[in-house]
Amino acid sequence: MTLLSVNNLAVEFATDEGMLRAVDDVSFHINRGESLGLVGESGCGKSVTALGLTRLIPSPPGRISAGEVFFESRDLLRVEPPELREVRGNEISMIFQEPLSALSPLHRIGKQMVEGIGFHRRMPQKQAWQYALSWLQKVGIPDAPGRMHAYPFQLSGGMQQRVMIAMALMLSPKLIIADEPTTALDVTTQAQIFGLIREMKQNETALLLITHDMGVVWEMCDRVIVMYASRIVESAELSELFSRPVHPYTRGLLEAIPGLARGRTHLKDIPGQVPSPLRYPSGCRFRDRCPHAFERCRTEVPGLVECAAGHWAACFLAYPDAGEL
Amino acid sequence: MKINSKDRAKAQWDAADVPLLEVSDLKTWFEVKRGIFSRKAEQIRAVDGVTFSLMANETIGLVGESGCGKTTLGRTLLGLEAASGGSVFFRGEPLLTLSHRRMKAMRRRLQVVFQDPLSSLNPRMNVMDIVTEGLLQFRMLTDSREVHAKRLLREVGLDEEMIYRFPHEFSGGQRQRINVARAISLRPDLIICDEAVSALDVSIQAQVINLLLSLQQRHHLSYLFISHDLSVVSNIADRIAVMYLGRIVEIGKTIDIIEKPLHPYTRMLIAAIPVAGQKRVDQEMVTGETPSPAAPPNGCHFHPRCPEAMPVCRHAEPPEAWKNGHYVCCHMYRPNSG
Repeated sequence: MTLLSVNNLAVEFATDEGMLRAVDDVSFHINRGESLGLVGESGCGKSVTALGLTRLIPSPPGRISAGEVFFESRDLLRVEPPELREVRGNEISMIFQEPLSALSPLHRIGKQMVEGIGFHRRMPQKQAWQYALSWLQKVGIPDAPGRMHAYPFQLSGGMQQRVMIAMALMLSPKLIIADEPTTALDVTTQAQIFGLIREMKQNETALLLITHDMGVVWEMCDRVIVMYASRIVESAELSELFSRPVHPYTRGLLEAIPGLARGRTHLKDIPGQVPSPLRYPSGCRFRDRCPHAFERCRTEVPGLVECAAGHWAACFLAYPDAGEL
Repeated sequence: MKINSKDRAKAQWDAADVPLLEVSDLKTWFEVKRGIFSRKAEQIRAVDGVTFSLMANETIGLVGESGCGKTTLGRTLLGLEAASGGSVFFRGEPLLTLSHRRMKAMRRRLQVVFQDPLSSLNPRMNVMDIVTEGLLQFRMLTDSREVHAKRLLREVGLDEEMIYRFPHEFSGGQRQRINVARAISLRPDLIICDEAVSALDVSIQAQVINLLLSLQQRHHLSYLFISHDLSVVSNIADRIAVMYLGRIVEIGKTIDIIEKPLHPYTRMLIAAIPVAGQKRVDQEMVTGETPSPAAPPNGCHFHPRCPEAMPVCRHAEPPEAWKNGHYVCCHMYRPNSG
């Protein structure tokens, strides 16, 4: 069953050089309990998409210029602020990349957690404290009673991220949006956080995981959406995407990932660079870097087509009338 | 024929069996005061007795988690941190005790590429000035700065028309190419790359890795490639050194480290890497957090996290074992028996 459905979302930012469209006609959905990965390189619009869902785009300069975001039956882009606040943190919670900048540096961990509980639940202070403490223990923080009195800077990066996870999960949200939750962490800590999110995420909780790292997607997700230059270029089930990528960008991205090698190995790279959002090429935005580009790619924008069951790609090569790739 | 010193300095270091860089028992310790009035200083042993050697045209990858001392080690070799002990021989000269003048001359042969491509470029200099400043300093300009700059940009795969642009006009990948151009401009023997591709997107990261590989072939370069990312390192390094809390715990050929890792810490690092489409992280294998380098555990520093830990690991320093160029420092291996 669909929990969240995003239709034709567009987000724009006003810059000195003109209007910049960071998210352009993005549509997708998340089912209850599903883990969806949103991947792409920096500047592709993945984080802005996530911020747009709960209207966290700083405005000005940003503006959600089109679209609808249905969470259950409500359009989050159109509900009144009090109702939105009721949803944020309670039904949809977020985990950010930098735990230290997401936590208040001036308040002790316990106080921050209790405040979050008090905002959404009627609970006596003492009980809220105990509840927060039980979550710190659940996420594996040693000496949790002591840590309740600690300031965020007194914890290591991995422990800070555990606190963020506890705060995101303690109100049993229906959706967790995690924006690069392990990017700032060591691989060993990252591996532990994967396990923790998997273990803690109850079956009915859905996860929207934003990352640039295909390895992280591989660990955590059921389904994947690939973004390039503000648009979705491909979406498919996890194993389908990794075994049969269709869009040349996805293929390039998967080939460019350095795997464990036995020494000097030339990697397959994607030539060129991501175009500036102020100067996107006409037609397909990947055509300048694409080894298969042809005339049609220049004049026409490829829309998403279903090339296999549940597998969508925005590439003319995936069109039914195209020849063998 | 008399070889004057200038000619000798010009020659590439290619004495086949003499290492280009020889580091023995290198130590970099920091004193950190706790509180303004505190008299007692805490000692942080960021680099604590590191020994390795690097041959000409070889790449050593130095991996470890944040805080393990890998960056400090690189900075000490560059003379950006003062060593507290040990010795470093570079091209046969003792780097740590060189006079300022000799050190300056040596710097030409020892270059660096840092992680953040923007903050390591002067925003008020154009690309031509950036990549040829070293040549000017060392009086190595044989042509106009323009000609040199264009040649260097071509070498790193940038458009030679870009020489009058400023760093902010480039993308992250292009900026890192400029940093590489500056590093190779003086025809160094060794480039220390400190997380040089870590800030780049995957598709751009692959481009820069390929660039480093081809420049190495063309110019007979050696790299000390410092990174937290074992996958990246395994694609560029001939040998890999694994660091934990200021010490090297294992060194070996890349293939041996990846396929037959000996130290439990190396195994943990490998288990923690998700390889898209191939292997998932082995959760069971990955436990614990890096302790503070200010208070490292007794005995083997790794014992509180080690799945193989024995009673002896808690109090005794682990012995060093060598076999076929594969070094490991762990109680599981008997000295020189492998």
